[in-house]
Amino acid sequence: MDIQSWTFLIVGLTFALYIGIAIWSRAGSTKEFYVAGGGVSPLANGLATAADWMSAASFLGMAGIIAFSGYDGSVYLMGWTGGYVLLALLLAPYLRKFGKFTVPDFIGDRYYSNLARTVAVIAALFVSFTYVAGQMRGVGVVFSRFLDVEVNTGVYIGMAVVLFYAFLGGMKGITYTQVAQYCVLIFAFMVPAIFISLMATGNPIPQLGFGSSGEDGVYLLDKLDGLMTDLGFTAYTDGSKSTMDIFMITAALMLGTAGLPHVIIRFFTVPKVKDARKSAGYALLFIAILYTTAPAIAVFARTNLMETVQDTPYEDIPPWFKKWEDTDLIAWSDKNGDGKIQYAPGSAIDGKKPVFTENRGTYGQRLIANASVSPNELYVDRDITVLANPEIAGLPNWIIALVAAGGLAAALSTAAGLLLVISTSISHDLIKKQFAPEISEKTELLIARFSAFLAVIVAGYFGINPPGFVASVVALAFGLAASSFFPAIVMGIFSKRMNREGAITGMIAGLAITCYYIARFKLGWLGSPETSGADNWWFGISPEGFGTIGMLVNFGVALLVSQFTAKPPEAVQEIVENIRIPSGVGAASEH
Amino acid sequence: MNLDPINIGNTIFNTSNQESHYMNPTDRKKYWRTNLKYLGLLLLVWFLVSYGFGILWVDELNSIRLGGFKLGFWFAQQGAIYVFVILIFVYVRLMNKLDKKYKLDD
Repeated sequence: MDIQSWTFLIVGLTFALYIGIAIWSRAGSTKEFYVAGGGVSPLANGLATAADWMSAASFLGMAGIIAFSGYDGSVYLMGWTGGYVLLALLLAPYLRKFGKFTVPDFIGDRYYSNLARTVAVIAALFVSFTYVAGQMRGVGVVFSRFLDVEVNTGVYIGMAVVLFYAFLGGMKGITYTQVAQYCVLIFAFMVPAIFISLMATGNPIPQLGFGSSGEDGVYLLDKLDGLMTDLGFTAYTDGSKSTMDIFMITAALMLGTAGLPHVIIRFFTVPKVKDARKSAGYALLFIAILYTTAPAIAVFARTNLMETVQDTPYEDIPPWFKKWEDTDLIAWSDKNGDGKIQYAPGSAIDGKKPVFTENRGTYGQRLIANASVSPNELYVDRDITVLANPEIAGLPNWIIALVAAGGLAAALSTAAGLLLVISTSISHDLIKKQFAPEISEKTELLIARFSAFLAVIVAGYFGINPPGFVASVVALAFGLAASSFFPAIVMGIFSKRMNREGAITGMIAGLAITCYYIARFKLGWLGSPETSGADNWWFGISPEGFGTIGMLVNFGVALLVSQFTAKPPEAVQEIVENIRIPSGVGAASEH
Repeated sequence: MNLDPINIGNTIFNTSNQESHYMNPTDRKKYWRTNLKYLGLLLLVWFLVSYGFGILWVDELNSIRLGGFKLGFWFAQQGAIYVFVILIFVYVRLMNKLDKKYKLDD
């Protein structure tokens, strides 16, 4: 069977599975819709959290980013895992004990203020919408690459599937489909990785493989460092970002992870406080399987690429090169006219993507219109690191199809988790808690379903017409979560003295300064373009890392303001006393 | 926007339940102190393996080899993540024991 038929078969089967699970786990109450009834086992919740967390970007993009940035890529590896330690130790057990449905619930009650609740809802909606737009786009891209359909058609299909199980099952449906999606995505990620590790080093465990040696007896990483420095690149294991920037970006990603509403909300679904701790451990374990494999794939792929292409005549290049050239992901322009590929530092093209002309060159290569003056002749899209892996390793067609199903599982599971946060924010935090507290549970459930429907439509719209800021999603979503939710929640648990005034001014100050910095230096909306470059960054911190400063500002302002304003009321201090004690959680969640 | 305290009294904890999990104030304090001590120690390790070994002292550690890996690079791309997983499970164990000691495991 060819790749196309295998892909249709496997993707079709997995979709049928997700829909089947959705029908089996329909939600009958708001509690089931918002937090899956609070009866998910820690193991299942760990699997679901891992799938929720690992998006299309983790699955398809991360290994590529690391392959092309070497040591600098460590910020994503540590940043997107270290946050779970903060979650397990500082947030999850206490929020579970608190026993409500959402993050704005906690902020609103702990800071006895509807204004605080509203700030939290706005931040939650903003973070989730920026994030979900990228996921719907991801679904479209996977469809277009593997199934030869239009990107937009892919987005519509993705919308329909997510809508089906989010609408029917709410959190309950999402949780159990995410468990299935984790299994699909991790299998699809690991199988090619194991094969490639075996081929490159003879060691089937990729995590060990990339620290061992190939047939020539040279350690793989030493070989790669040598290949790179010979061509004028920085050594793979050294990296080129400043220590300060690496530190700040890692911190912003960790704090952001711990503050993302769609991750936090998952810990409301387990029965007890100790289950919340344990399931954070499981979640990180399942995430770590992919996150420790990705840097190995990165090294295999980069070494393979450099060895294969450098000074190779285009006519002798392996077929995968030409295949991905045909899908616009690779471009070569023979700048020195020797018919061989020269790979060097610097961008081979002007602008972000190659612009292909209709014509073919002397050797049959596709000609591009925007070749740069740099001696580098090769453009490689980072996404092919994972996409092309199975082909480069010569794996059977069904494995290539599996990678497509894995990419879809990753994108759909994350999109569904985010959509649930959006619908809950609207039906529970805005309508039930602010505008119409008298509505019945049945009405609230109906509104929740309707908002899920609306959220899918809006997310789909952004997937089809991606706004300019989607590229900055990482900086935005993580920066905002780090500078708003993380400090407010931590202080709400660990300080009895923290009051309404402190928390609100802190959140607003943190959000404002982070938004300003990103608008100024990432999006270029403020200030003149001449002063928006890296030279003008404050303390050399990139916009991706600025959430850390936003977090510090939030803490500082909140602590200062709370010293000069009234203590929180007795009843609120009582809440704090109570969430610190793990027992009695069952009763607390019945309301 | 209304800044008045909103009704929180009746929404979260029902009192009859609280009585069955009554803890005297000294025990409460002791329990919380021990928890904070665990948090401090574990977060110190968390900071050391990632920000310390993986970032601040990466160059120094890179002069030490672990098979084919430079040690600093290994911590940044592998070691820190393994330690993170272990840290959470250590915390789970410590807290389960502590909860048992104070009879808070229901």
